[in-house]
Amino acid sequence: MSDFFLFGVLPYVAVVLFLVVTVQRYRQSKFTYSSLSSQFLENKQHFWGSVPFHYGILTVLTGHVVAFLTPQLILGWNAAPWRLFLLEATGLMLGLMTLVGLVLVVVRRLRNSRVRRVSTLADWVVYALLLVQVVSGVLIAYFHGWGSSWFATSASPWLWSLVAFSPDVSFVAPLPWLVKTHIVNAFVLIAFFPFTRLVHVLVIPNMYLWRRPQVVIWNRGGPAARGER
Amino acid sequence: MDVRSQVSMVFHLDKCIGCHTCSVACKNVWTDREGTEYMWWNNVETKPGTGYPTKWEDQESYRGGWKTDGKKLSLRSTGKARIIPNIFHNTSMPSMDDYYEPWTYDFKELFNAPEGDDQPVAVPISKITGEQIDVEAGPNWDDDLGGSQIYARNDPNMEALTPNQRLQMMSIERLVFFYLPRICHHCLNPACVASCPSGALYKRGEDGIVLINQQVCRAWRACVAACPYKKTYYNWSTGKSEKCILCFPRLETGQAPACFHSCVGRIRYIGNVLYDADMLPEIANLPDDELVDAQRRMILDPFDEHVLEAARKNGIHEGIIESAQRSPVYAFVKEFGIALPPHIEYRTFPMLFYVPPLLPVMSSKENDVIDNDIDDLFADIEKARAPIQYFGSLFGGGNDGVVRYALRKQWAVRLVRRHLTVGDVTKETAERALAQADCTWEQADRIYRLTTLANMDERCIIPPFQREMAIEMMEDPHTHRSSVGFGFRNAPARGN
Repeated sequence: MSDFFLFGVLPYVAVVLFLVVTVQRYRQSKFTYSSLSSQFLENKQHFWGSVPFHYGILTVLTGHVVAFLTPQLILGWNAAPWRLFLLEATGLMLGLMTLVGLVLVVVRRLRNSRVRRVSTLADWVVYALLLVQVVSGVLIAYFHGWGSSWFATSASPWLWSLVAFSPDVSFVAPLPWLVKTHIVNAFVLIAFFPFTRLVHVLVIPNMYLWRRPQVVIWNRGGPAARGER
Repeated sequence: MDVRSQVSMVFHLDKCIGCHTCSVACKNVWTDREGTEYMWWNNVETKPGTGYPTKWEDQESYRGGWKTDGKKLSLRSTGKARIIPNIFHNTSMPSMDDYYEPWTYDFKELFNAPEGDDQPVAVPISKITGEQIDVEAGPNWDDDLGGSQIYARNDPNMEALTPNQRLQMMSIERLVFFYLPRICHHCLNPACVASCPSGALYKRGEDGIVLINQQVCRAWRACVAACPYKKTYYNWSTGKSEKCILCFPRLETGQAPACFHSCVGRIRYIGNVLYDADMLPEIANLPDDELVDAQRRMILDPFDEHVLEAARKNGIHEGIIESAQRSPVYAFVKEFGIALPPHIEYRTFPMLFYVPPLLPVMSSKENDVIDNDIDDLFADIEKARAPIQYFGSLFGGGNDGVVRYALRKQWAVRLVRRHLTVGDVTKETAERALAQADCTWEQADRIYRLTTLANMDERCIIPPFQREMAIEMMEDPHTHRSSVGFGFRNAPARGN
């Protein structure tokens, strides 16, 4: 029963919350969409935390998404043992890189009085959730090997069953508690996402690369030309 | 020909008394909120000096502005190719320590300190953390050459001088300084706009004012790094960048910006000029020392029939053309040729111009005899107290010729006025000076009048902005009825 709640209900609650609140927040208080960077207040430790964390988490997350979308591709890749080792080792390394970055980021925020001053409760919640997520992920990679393969045969079909609105929790129910923690925490993170600074992920500047260098806005274009409403 | 109008500025440095009234006016109007305490959209620096933020002119370390390979411009900091790997940590970004940590004083100490042998003092506390701090520096720490061995000596413009000239500038007998008031230059090729990944920064088409849309800014911080003049600032509290807005709400209602309005020395001139935006790509890659002349070529004669025709075709209103014809900026920059852009080698084409100060030697002392040769009054500009090369680095993009021209003309105007008012300078001397300075009696008179006599409505020619046509007709004023300003309907508070 609790498995059904955690893996059959919670994901829907999290995703609905995510969608409704992000859209509502963007419409109502667009101003609060910001990465709230603190690099200006502390410029040195920032590099050693922020850079490995972001690169690490983005690649690991991409790996998860690829495994979810194309499980057969991953299984095919893993057919040869050396390729499996390579994938697993890379995943673990990236996970550790993410963890090191995250720890440095948290330590910086705790120890630098200027950065601590601009930290909100939501920041600390995000850090707690991220720490649980990254630590459990690294532990899974270490203790429950070949995750890239069993993700494709357990998590992926379960996620697809969620997409199809017929949740089949039997795919994930027998998994070890560490993996379950990782999954549940992921959806808690998704639920909290729109209430925190994590929304900056959604406004990454993807148009910059294609636009002209200079932006000139004429009033005769009206509010739409200024990017409002 | 793509004729556009640009609100532009001239600061007459010979008149600046360094009173900081402009800075205070600006601070009181715009930057007295949390997160903006350290920002001085307008600041006044003593030159030679390191300025604010410290050594902002040193682009080897700050990497602001553009660089060129002769064919193509690229941002020194993070352009399109380099923003992706650098978005998590901008390596060209200055930190608060490059500006200063704003502070106040714990005045309670004066009343609550326990009885003791010493007089209680108000302890400095940080405006960010509220903790006690040791104040080490702040803006204007080197005002009037205070601590010149640390500050003036490290002025990046000193690199243009020979070791001998540097020594002379620092020797106490020849000590020289002037003030450099600085605001956003509302450049024609702004590096901040080009660097913004979110597209939050933009140049207003009608008047060229550069603004940051606070609703679109996402704190990627690229503009702070890209602006070579360091005139975009990061608000650490709201997580948005802010900059000088040229008091556009005042301009739109026909008032001069706060810093212009409050200027005690009356050094500030504002007016619009017409320029040819099509010329920008071709002149942007010229060698450094040709840029001042090239920018002047880009500014068009508002009386030329071809220009007017092209302007009208571009939809520029008659009122704006008429105001461009009366613009004091056009007079100083194009007609007289005595106002120069600061550090044009950054290639942003700043639209704030400076009239360089004359700094003449009034008398010299030899063997305890004070020599005050009247015929050589305001000794030749080559013998002025600050080396031409210093101004060449600051205002000429390394081209000393344009600086020499500007100084020589001012020198001629002074001799002419001396001839007319005091009479101890002969007409021949005055005429010779005018000829040397490429100036006429009429022009000397105009320069004199605009420099010394012009009052507010001659110094500040504010073009009609026609906001009533441009904005209000398209927007329902009721949508902004309960706003707190600039279109916010709820207070612009920091997000989570």
